[in-house]
Amino acid sequence: MKVNITVNGAAHERDLEPRRLLVDFLREDLGLTGTNIGCDTSQCGACTVHMDGKPVKACTVLAVQADGATIATIESLASGAQFHPMQEAFWESHGLQCGFCTPGMIMMAIKLVEGDGDLTADKIRHGLNGNLCRCTGYENIVKAVHKAAVAMRD
Amino acid sequence: MTTKLVGAPIKRVEDPRLITGQAKYIDDLDLPGTLHVTVLRSPYAHALIKSIDTTAAAAAPGVVAVFTGRDFEDLNPLPCAWQAHDTHNAVNTPRALEIEKVTFTGAGVAAIVAENRAAAEDALQLIDVDWEPVDVVVDAEAATADGAPQLHENAPNNVVMDWSIGDPAEVDAALAAADVVIERRLINQRLIPTPMETRGAAATYQPATGEFTVWMTSQAPHVMRLLMTAFVFGIPETQMRCISPQVGGGFGTKIFLYPEYVLVAAIARKLEKPVKWIETRRENYVATTHGRDHITYVTAGAKSDGTITGLKVKTFANLGGILSTIAPGIPTTLYARMLSGAYQIPAIHAQVIGVYTNTGMVDAYRGAGRPEATYVLERILDLVAGELGLDPVDVRRRNFIPPDAFPYDPKILAGLSYDSGEYDKTLTRALEMVDYEAFRTEQQEARAQGRYLGIGFSTYIEMCGVAPSAWVGVGGQGWGAGLWESANVRVHLTGKVVVTTGSQSHGQGHETTMAQVAAEQLGVPLEDVIVQHSDTQGTPFGYGSYGSRSAAVGTIALFNGLQQIKEKARRIGAHMMEAAIDDVVYEDGRVFVRGLPGEAKTIQEIAGAAALGYDLPEGDEPFLDSTSYYDPPNCTYPFGAHIAVVEVDGETGEVDLKRYVAVDDVGKVINPMIVDGQIHGGIAQGVAQALWEEAVYDENGQLISSSLMDYAIPKAHFLPRFELDRTETLSPTNPLGVKGAGEAGTIASTPAVANAVMDALAPLGIKHIDMPLTPEKLWRAMTEAAG
Repeated sequence: MKVNITVNGAAHERDLEPRRLLVDFLREDLGLTGTNIGCDTSQCGACTVHMDGKPVKACTVLAVQADGATIATIESLASGAQFHPMQEAFWESHGLQCGFCTPGMIMMAIKLVEGDGDLTADKIRHGLNGNLCRCTGYENIVKAVHKAAVAMRD
Repeated sequence: MTTKLVGAPIKRVEDPRLITGQAKYIDDLDLPGTLHVTVLRSPYAHALIKSIDTTAAAAAPGVVAVFTGRDFEDLNPLPCAWQAHDTHNAVNTPRALEIEKVTFTGAGVAAIVAENRAAAEDALQLIDVDWEPVDVVVDAEAATADGAPQLHENAPNNVVMDWSIGDPAEVDAALAAADVVIERRLINQRLIPTPMETRGAAATYQPATGEFTVWMTSQAPHVMRLLMTAFVFGIPETQMRCISPQVGGGFGTKIFLYPEYVLVAAIARKLEKPVKWIETRRENYVATTHGRDHITYVTAGAKSDGTITGLKVKTFANLGGILSTIAPGIPTTLYARMLSGAYQIPAIHAQVIGVYTNTGMVDAYRGAGRPEATYVLERILDLVAGELGLDPVDVRRRNFIPPDAFPYDPKILAGLSYDSGEYDKTLTRALEMVDYEAFRTEQQEARAQGRYLGIGFSTYIEMCGVAPSAWVGVGGQGWGAGLWESANVRVHLTGKVVVTTGSQSHGQGHETTMAQVAAEQLGVPLEDVIVQHSDTQGTPFGYGSYGSRSAAVGTIALFNGLQQIKEKARRIGAHMMEAAIDDVVYEDGRVFVRGLPGEAKTIQEIAGAAALGYDLPEGDEPFLDSTSYYDPPNCTYPFGAHIAVVEVDGETGEVDLKRYVAVDDVGKVINPMIVDGQIHGGIAQGVAQALWEEAVYDENGQLISSSLMDYAIPKAHFLPRFELDRTETLSPTNPLGVKGAGEAGTIASTPAVANAVMDALAPLGIKHIDMPLTPEKLWRAMTEAAG
C-alpha cells in the first residue's frame, strides 16, 4: 500500500506491505534505530514515539495507519549537542542506566509534561504506567521528569 | 593538590549517545546483505525428536536455508564452565540445535535463514517435527524421588551434584543443646531476569581467512570467544573476534554462552553471508536463563536470648533441563558459603542438591546465590525472634560479627575471611531514618484499629569482587578458569588517555567511573580520558562484568596500571629535567623536583616526549603504555541494613509498600550518583521478588508466565520513593578501598519486604508465607487464620 508519512520533518512516500509495523518502518526503512523494541506484546513502551502529537507504541501501530501522519522519534529532539530539556534532565538526574527504555521513556515523559502543568510524583509514576524500566527502579526517572517539567515550563 | 574526582557525582559520559537514540544495540547493526535467523523451539518440556521435515519451510518465499541439529554435529556441545565439587554429569549442556531430545520447552531444534525477519518467522510454522513426548517433572524435590521421570542417563534421580559443607555432627550437637529450634521449608521462587533488551547475535565469516566476527549481547565477550573457539568450534582463538555492542541490561543472563550465539556463527560459515538473530520477548522468557528456584529445609537453634547456635540447611536447587555455563557454581560457592551472613554462627552445615527438571536453564541472576542465602538467614532470624518474643532488631544485634572481629573467618568460606564491616552502624542509622520507636507506637495504634502495619529488616552482607583465581579455580571452587581482570592504559602524544578494560559495561557506567579513577590518578581533566571495552580486538583478555567485580577487580587492574604509567612518567620527567629519579614526585599531572613545583614537566609534555622517543632515559621504551592484570587476594564484603514498612489491606490482601529505607556500605564510593542508581534498581528487583514476580511452570512444563503481560516486573507506580544513606567502611583488600554495589539492593530487599509483611500479619498468628506475597495468597492466609 502507498503511504505518505512525515517523520522528524521529512516526508516519505513508500509502498509498504500492509502488515508492516510502524516501528519496523522507522527502524529498518528509515534507519531510525533510536526507537527500540523491548517486547512483542505492547507492554514495555520502549518503542514510544509521537504520532500527530500523541504518544503511541510504534509496535502497535501499522505503518499504513500512519498514512498522512506526522511522526516524531527520539532522533528529532536534540539539535547537535543541544538537548531537549527532558533529555538534559534524564542525564542530570541519572535517569537511565542501560539506556534501552530511555528513548521511549523520554518520548512518553514529554507528552506527560505537556499534558499536565501540575505534575506530582504520584502522577508521574502513574503516567509512566506503560513504560517499563528494569534498571533504575524508576526513582531517578521520576526525578528527571520533575526537573524537566520545571525546565519546560520556564 | 590532587583533583578530586573519585567520590564526585559526575554525570555519565556514556549518556549523550543513549538519550539521543544514537547508541547502537545489537538490533541496530546494519551489515549489508544480512540474512535473518529464527529458531524453532520445542513446544514440549520433555520429548524425543523422531524426525524433522524441513521441505516445505525450505520452499517458502524468502527462505535461504533451513538447518537442524544434524547440520551441526561437528560442533561440540556448549561447555559447563563451573563444575562445583561432586558435579559428575556436567556434559548435559545445550548444543547449537538439539539433535535427539529436548528437556525443556523453548529448546531450539531447527533454524530458518531468510532474507528478512518476517519471512524467517513465517517459515517456522512450516517445519514439521515428529515429537515423541516423555513424562515431565518440574519440581526439583519431586525430581529426585525414585520413579520420577529421568532426564539424562548419566544423572540418576536427576541429581546434578550432591554437595555439602560443614560438620553435620557439630550442628546436630548445637541443635540438641539449643533452647529453641526452628524448622521451616522455604521456597525461593524462580525468577525471570528480564533485561529490557532481549538477547541477540550477528556474525560474519571470511572464507579466505577462516575468520569470524561475532557480535553478541554479552557481559563477557572475551570469555565468549574462548568458549566458542576452543570448546565448541575447535578452532584457534585468533580466528574469532567477539564484540558486545551497546548492551541493554543483563542482570546475569548475558554472562553465558548460548546456543544461538554458536548457531549464528556456524550459519555465517556455512552460507558465507552475514546473519543476525534477535530474540523475541517470548523467547527471552523460555530460552534465556532464569534465576533462584530453591526449595530449602532449614533448621536453626538458638539460646533464649536469641543467640543463634547452629544452622542446618538442605537445599534443592533447580538447575533446569540442561546446564547453563556456570549453573552449578551459583547454589554452592555463591549461596551455601554465604550462609553465615553478618552473623557469628558457630556451627553450620549445608547440603545442596542440584537437580535437573523439565524447565528452562537456571544460572546467575543479580545477586546469584547471595539473595537466596540472605533470604534464608533473614527469615530465620525473624522466626527465632517471633518464637522467643524478642525484637528482631535485638536478635540481629545479638548475633552481629563485631567490628573488632575482622578479618572474620565464617569457617564455611573455604579459607577466605570477611574483609571489614561495621554492621550495627548501618542498622542504627536505618532505625534512626525510619524512626523505629515511633513506628512501633503507630503500629500498635493501627493494630487496635484492625489495620495490618508491619516493619521488616534485612541486615545483609554479600560477597563482591569475585574472585581470587586459585580460590575459585579448578583446584578450589571448580570454576574452570581464573577471575582476575585486566586493564591497559595509554597516554597518547596529544596527552589524551585511552583506557581499555577487560570488564564490560551494560548500564553500570564504567566509562564514567573508570575515567574518574584514571583522571584523578593521572591528574588530567576527565574529558581527556576515554574508556573502551567489549571488543576482543583492541582490549586485553578479561573476564567481564558480573558478581559486582568491575570496581573491586577491573578498576583495581586499572589503578595498578596507572601507577606504572606514573612511575614511567617520573623517570622520563626526571630525565627531561636532568634531575635524579629519587628527587622527583608525580602530583596532579606534573612531575617536579620535590619542593620545586614551579619547574615541572606536565604529563602532556612527558607523554609527548615518550611518544616521540627522541630522548628517553637509558633502558626505557617509547610511549606511556601499561597493561596490568589484577588477581584479588580476597573477595570484598559489602553490607547494610534495609528496612521496609508495609500495610496489608485486610479486605484484599494487597500490600502497600509505604516506606523503604536503605543504608548500604559498599566501601569507597567512586560515583555516588551511580552507586545510588545501582541500589535503586536492585531494590526494585528484590521488592519485586517479594511481592510480584514468579516464573510459573504447569505440570506439563509449559511456562505460564511467558510474557510481560503474565510476568509482573514492577511499574513505576508499584514502588515508593527510596530513602537512602550510606556508611563508608573501606575494604582493606584493594588500594581504592572499594567493595562493589551492583547487587546489594537485590540481595537486601527481598527479605526486608517479606519480613515486613509477616510482621504485619503477626497478630493473626501467621508466621510464614512463601513468596511472591500476592494479594490472593495473603487473602487466603488471612481468611484461613481468621477462621
